[in-house]
Amino acid sequence: MNFETTIGLEVHIELKTHSKIFSPSPVAYGADPNANTNVIDWGYPGVLPTTNKGVVADGIIAALALHATVEQHTHFDRKNYFYPDNPKAYQITQSDKPIGHDGWVEVDVDGVKKKIGISEMHIEEDAGKNTHERDHSYVDLNRQGTPLIEIVSKPDIASPAEAYAYLEALRQRIQFTGISDVKMEEGSMRVDVNISVRPVGQEKFGTKTELKNLNSFNYVQRGLEYEEKRQQQVLMSGGAVQQETRRFDEKTGETILMRVKAGSDDYRYFPEPDLPALNISDDWIKELDAAMPEMPTKRRERYVNELGLTDYDAMVITQTKEMSDFFDATVALKADPKMAANYLQGDVNAYLNEKQVDLQATKLTPANLAGMINLISDGTISSKMAKKVFKAITDGEEPKAYVEAHGLVQLSDPAKLQPIIDDVLSANPQSIEDFNNGKKRAVGFLVGQIMKQTHGQANPQVVNKLLMTALQQ
Amino acid sequence: MNYFDKDLASLHADLVAKKLSAKELTQATFDNIKATDPKIDAFLNLNEDAALDQAAKIDAEGINADQPLAGIPMGLKDNIVTKGLTTTAASKILANFKPVYDATVAEKLADAQMINVGKTNLDEFAMGGSTENSAFKTTKNAWDQTKVPGGSSGGSAAAVASGQVPVTLGSDTGGSIRQPAAFNGIVGMKPTYGRVSRWGLIAFGSSLDQIGPMTRGVKDNATVLSAIAGHDDHDLTSSTQAVPNFAADLNDATSVKGMRIGLPKEFLAEGVNEDVKAAILAAADTYRKLGATVDEVSLPHNKYGVAAYYIIASSEASSNLQRFDGIRYGYRADDVKNLEDVYVKSRSEGFGEEVKRRIMLGTFSLSAGFYDAYFIKAAKVRTVIINDFKAVLKDHDFIMGPVAPTTAFGIGDEIKDPITMYMNDVLTIPVNLAGLPGLSLPAGFSNNLPVGMQLIGRPFDESTLYKAGYAFEQNTDFHLQVPTLGGQN
Repeated sequence: MNFETTIGLEVHIELKTHSKIFSPSPVAYGADPNANTNVIDWGYPGVLPTTNKGVVADGIIAALALHATVEQHTHFDRKNYFYPDNPKAYQITQSDKPIGHDGWVEVDVDGVKKKIGISEMHIEEDAGKNTHERDHSYVDLNRQGTPLIEIVSKPDIASPAEAYAYLEALRQRIQFTGISDVKMEEGSMRVDVNISVRPVGQEKFGTKTELKNLNSFNYVQRGLEYEEKRQQQVLMSGGAVQQETRRFDEKTGETILMRVKAGSDDYRYFPEPDLPALNISDDWIKELDAAMPEMPTKRRERYVNELGLTDYDAMVITQTKEMSDFFDATVALKADPKMAANYLQGDVNAYLNEKQVDLQATKLTPANLAGMINLISDGTISSKMAKKVFKAITDGEEPKAYVEAHGLVQLSDPAKLQPIIDDVLSANPQSIEDFNNGKKRAVGFLVGQIMKQTHGQANPQVVNKLLMTALQQ
Repeated sequence: MNYFDKDLASLHADLVAKKLSAKELTQATFDNIKATDPKIDAFLNLNEDAALDQAAKIDAEGINADQPLAGIPMGLKDNIVTKGLTTTAASKILANFKPVYDATVAEKLADAQMINVGKTNLDEFAMGGSTENSAFKTTKNAWDQTKVPGGSSGGSAAAVASGQVPVTLGSDTGGSIRQPAAFNGIVGMKPTYGRVSRWGLIAFGSSLDQIGPMTRGVKDNATVLSAIAGHDDHDLTSSTQAVPNFAADLNDATSVKGMRIGLPKEFLAEGVNEDVKAAILAAADTYRKLGATVDEVSLPHNKYGVAAYYIIASSEASSNLQRFDGIRYGYRADDVKNLEDVYVKSRSEGFGEEVKRRIMLGTFSLSAGFYDAYFIKAAKVRTVIINDFKAVLKDHDFIMGPVAPTTAFGIGDEIKDPITMYMNDVLTIPVNLAGLPGLSLPAGFSNNLPVGMQLIGRPFDESTLYKAGYAFEQNTDFHLQVPTLGGQN
């Protein structure tokens, strides 16, 4: 039997606003429990929410970034449920008229391009956090009221690999808008997944299961791959898939039954009476649209078609807007695009990984990277010397000044190199004999000696040429 | 002597002239409350030490002649939160609740240098029309202590009527200022929705709730409304409309001349007591004599107001009252085994019958499968009612009618019959649904109990209502009659 798979993803993105969506409390991490809260966050008697306009703007930006239609006449709704991390016992969200609907992103899986639809996106508040220790439970409301955007996919995703690609496309586009850090590992991007399979040709969708504990894109893909096979096996053995929630086990890669769902929850949604309806003007949308940065897909096209990067290089450079902006600024300063891309993917990424920082938090600047690349291109320094220069520019040093101050200028003048080569040759007659006996390795040793004499400043190409001429005489 | 047989302007003049100190006035207020409240039960909690300190401070600074409310005692309905002063909403679930912040109206009255003497009784969470739903005590009508004071702002109304304080604030979701004002023969204003900030008002029906002043006279009421009204950054439903000095316009007892008044026939229909009807018809004649025209008009969908209201208000309340869960503040049941126990037992034990009835009604109305038939339908009815009012107010300056179909009923008479109780609000509820201002003022007596008249205006046109109320007051003497406590009048 052949099966087709339908995957639905609900992605929560935490916005980087200064204050909460409905209260003036700061949005910040690492504070003592409940330090970033006020009466509104506590759900205190008599309090009222006030809408943070920046969150509405971010909702519009997200809609624009995901090719969605902005709903200009919208409002908030209450979603009612009791839980200690939800102090009002309702979440202020959007149910009736989400701020954006009918969007899409394009994904590329093994060279096949496909548009994945987004049914809606809405703005809402996050809940607090409960922790449990021995016989006590603790509630921390610092996260309560942190603004979120929830993005719901259409049932277009047909494989775990597409799910991965969709998440990556979503992450990149949102990251480029700057409204969120979109980092799964920090919780600023969270994914709820559901999956069903059905025999090819069957009209009705299969029964879906929900997966929890998917804390990286890889886990999402692996969890879905496992669940896809499991459901197929259940059906092939004549069984029926149950509507249930399953937990992904990171160690075994399996999904484990958490709970069977009976019916659906009734959240008793109704319009939030404490907040006036939102009327979003054409001008506001235009203003936000005009300020939108060039999206990663556009940039990749430009990098490949105009700058000659490979698809792979273009993909890596556009992982974050900061990297891509850095690249653009470096190339704008006449640095060779291929070299700039290589440095960013290689030395720069290695440096960021080692220091565990974001590019924008370092002292690296496009001017200094371009300066260094240009010194390599014009032969002033060797790529080997560039290692030292790179270290210096990570400390914020200007490459040309550094090169000059440390005498790192490459020695390319044959008139200056020849006497050194002659000295090395006369000091190493054995090597000359070895060379004459066909041992080519002797050349490497001699080059090494010359580099040593010149403190690494000799231009390797010029040394090679002069040395070979001398040896072959 | 009772200082509060005087109006605020005279009291203010005495304070400025130092014929009377704020401290003396405040002390006399507490003495009087202590003497009369065993009969009236208007107050839940007194603020004696802080109030006397504040009065002494105001005396020391000197009464500001430009501050008409300085040094004058007032009371707040106990669903208005007050920093450090127990606020219960007359519910066991908040029995010992001391808020950490002040409601905007409490702050504004403090800024106006009014002295908060205490918190007045109400039906639990403002749900009811008699204060019999208070978890703590039943307030008595100032005119007859066997009768209810009305509700839910019954404590606020009885406190003013019995001369305990000259000013209280109430809240009105379906008539809770106007009906007790009528039952006690005082003046109560339910302002336009959005006129007064709701920040710090413990929410009942968020799209209907408004705070408003309760006083003996129209001018006093207008003075207080100017002090509490205005936009508040804490309440996005509060309006940015400019707030007039309402009282400044009140000096012409004939200002209704040339006005067109609508008297809806539905307001005098079956179910309205004959004496009440007669008082309103007499009031219409008074207005005619003052040069106004009174036309019979129709609000054809008025009769659906009660049904729509109980769905909308209860739905909102079912959600608003979920925060009382025993976790962060308020009553928590003992003997709980798990989280669900905390919720179920705390709420079952903490809320009274009427509150639970409305939570169930509201929860049901919002439930999947019933939402369209109830909540959405009620919202549509609301729109129809708004349009009825718009049509009449298009060519009428205001609408007049009774506040309630009857005068105050006996304690215990209706409490077992929620539907009869709900029908008392048939004439006030549509005004909340439409968000319009409604003024209740004394217009007669029936069997020695006050009859109230209601004036309903255009959005944010409280000014016309005050003018019309003032004109009526200056040409009648109902407002001058005060109850004699202790005996039946």
